[in-house]
Amino acid sequence: MIRVDEKGFYGKFGGAYIPEMLHPNIEELRDNYEAIVASPEFQQEFQTLLRDFVGRPTPLYFANRLSEKYGAKIYLKREDLCHTGAHKVNNTVGQILLAKRLGKKRIIAETGAGQHGVATATVCALMGMDCTVYMGELDIQRQRPNVERMRILGAKVVPATSGSKTLKDATNEAMRAWINDPVGTHYIIGSVVGPHPYPEMVARFQSVISEEMKWQLKQKEGRENPDAVIACVGGGSNAAGAFYHYYNTPEVRLIAAEAAGLGVYSGKSAATTALGTPGILHGSKTILMQTEDGQVVEPHSISAGLDYPGIGPVHAHLFDIGRAEFVAVEDEDAMKAGILLSRTEGIIPAIETAHAIHALNMIEYRKDDVIVINLSGRGDKDLETYIKWGGY
Amino acid sequence: MNRIHYLFNTKQDRVLSIYFTAGFPKLEDTIPVMEAIEAGGADIIEIGIPYSDPIADGPTIQDSNMIALENGMSMKKLFEQLKGFRAKVHLPVVLMGYLNPIMQFGMEEFCKKCKEVGVDGLIVPDLPMQQYLDEYKSLFDSYGLVNTFLISPQTSEKRIREIDENTDGFIYMVSSHSITGAKADISEEQIAYFERVKAMNLKNPRLIGFGISDAQTFTTASKYSNGAIIGSAFIKKIKDAQNLNQDIQDYIQSVIR
Repeated sequence: MIRVDEKGFYGKFGGAYIPEMLHPNIEELRDNYEAIVASPEFQQEFQTLLRDFVGRPTPLYFANRLSEKYGAKIYLKREDLCHTGAHKVNNTVGQILLAKRLGKKRIIAETGAGQHGVATATVCALMGMDCTVYMGELDIQRQRPNVERMRILGAKVVPATSGSKTLKDATNEAMRAWINDPVGTHYIIGSVVGPHPYPEMVARFQSVISEEMKWQLKQKEGRENPDAVIACVGGGSNAAGAFYHYYNTPEVRLIAAEAAGLGVYSGKSAATTALGTPGILHGSKTILMQTEDGQVVEPHSISAGLDYPGIGPVHAHLFDIGRAEFVAVEDEDAMKAGILLSRTEGIIPAIETAHAIHALNMIEYRKDDVIVINLSGRGDKDLETYIKWGGY
Repeated sequence: MNRIHYLFNTKQDRVLSIYFTAGFPKLEDTIPVMEAIEAGGADIIEIGIPYSDPIADGPTIQDSNMIALENGMSMKKLFEQLKGFRAKVHLPVVLMGYLNPIMQFGMEEFCKKCKEVGVDGLIVPDLPMQQYLDEYKSLFDSYGLVNTFLISPQTSEKRIREIDENTDGFIYMVSSHSITGAKADISEEQIAYFERVKAMNLKNPRLIGFGISDAQTFTTASKYSNGAIIGSAFIKKIKDAQNLNQDIQDYIQSVIR
């Protein structure tokens, strides 16, 4: 069985490797979140918001022309149609309801592409909570529209200026901010990373993706299980959501698309499972890109959301036991896949998501296999990157 | 006898521990800085092992970590530098490092090297107590290394007792809700916390760290504990030191006078 154990481990990976200063927060969360999330009152508010505010269920769309091109039955799970433009909001809605019940007044978050930051700023506005988002200085430059969206929503955006000035450093800054204000603050982590219980909690909030996929496929194909599910992986929250209800259904192939940047071995890559080794990052034991001396390597990807040197512990486990297949997609191929989807289906995807589209070229499948691609986000935020790339 | 035990058996008041980052400000400064700390009159030397992602540290120590790494500091290099240091430095020495670099070096190999060169204790801020007890305690014990845990104002009494039970060196009291180097003055709220912990009559000595920078804060902290730890303020002093040895000695003298 693939599932988290009581100490927060998925096989060899997971746990809570945190400074003692955060122990009370993590303990509070660990001891309370399951009961809170399971309560009917929480579920009712959560489900109502997912339906009326987020716009769920999101469609499972049969991609006709893409299917024709690839000779498979390709479905797109339209998380790009969620309010705020990506799957991230599924988790922030869940966590803000949890934070409220824990009596927290202030929210902090990290963000890479800015989608999680926007989704956090959005639910904070919805609930009237104070919001601070930490974002790498480099990401602030390349995801300008999302920075302004957060500000319009009333959030404070604080640049992370250390290291590579991207997602990893934003996460460090958010953890430091939490240490500095542990009592009144809840930290909404945006991916399936961080100390236990975050990876499982975030995955559960995102698991609505595969929950819907099952009944939608049943309606459309007469069966709940596709032959394969494809999702992109930075930290891995959309992949965890899309895989969740298939973890223990081995006949469903799980395919994770990592960012290979300028090439897996170019020195400018974020292909964690290809390049990484076991270690500790952001409070959990996982696979990360590091030097022999245990220093974390600065990753590279054209997509800010995948520009992260680790993966969530559940993905490290799926990789370790061979349950998921990992492919590494280069910047250039992802960009081309983004254009392909735009022109075959009329959907401009986020560049993160475009990595998952390109994975179709890297895997083997049988004719008429049912393949679901998790279309995790839309490309509006990436227009500048598309324009700068210019290959269309 | 472990030098940390010896120290606290002979001195219970105004114990001063100085933290600095290995390989900072220059790669080869590690031993000279240690010698100057001893000559200046401090009681414990805490050597930080530089790491790319020190999540419990503020900007000053982050910078020193980054500079040390750029200087070429590594775990291997540190143990090369420390080889033979006991001929020159006699104070108890504690290594402070995040778990990942130690894991990559190999925990057993790390403990073995610590013992070989003459290190007395360890602080691994992101190694939780339970993990330590389950996986590493017997290893630390077999190499004669004392492990130090942190507590903060939020740490429950129950957990402080557990920590007190599971260490035999000293307890590192984080003075406030903070990363290192964050605040300058000691507030009433902090004093209430110091008094609360003091009244618990723990078996281990307590040192107060985070926000200690000069004679006044050192004296205040010492009133409620066995002494204090200075880190960020010391790093700031040595960053631009003209005469490293003299500046360090003068600074420590100014704190303990």
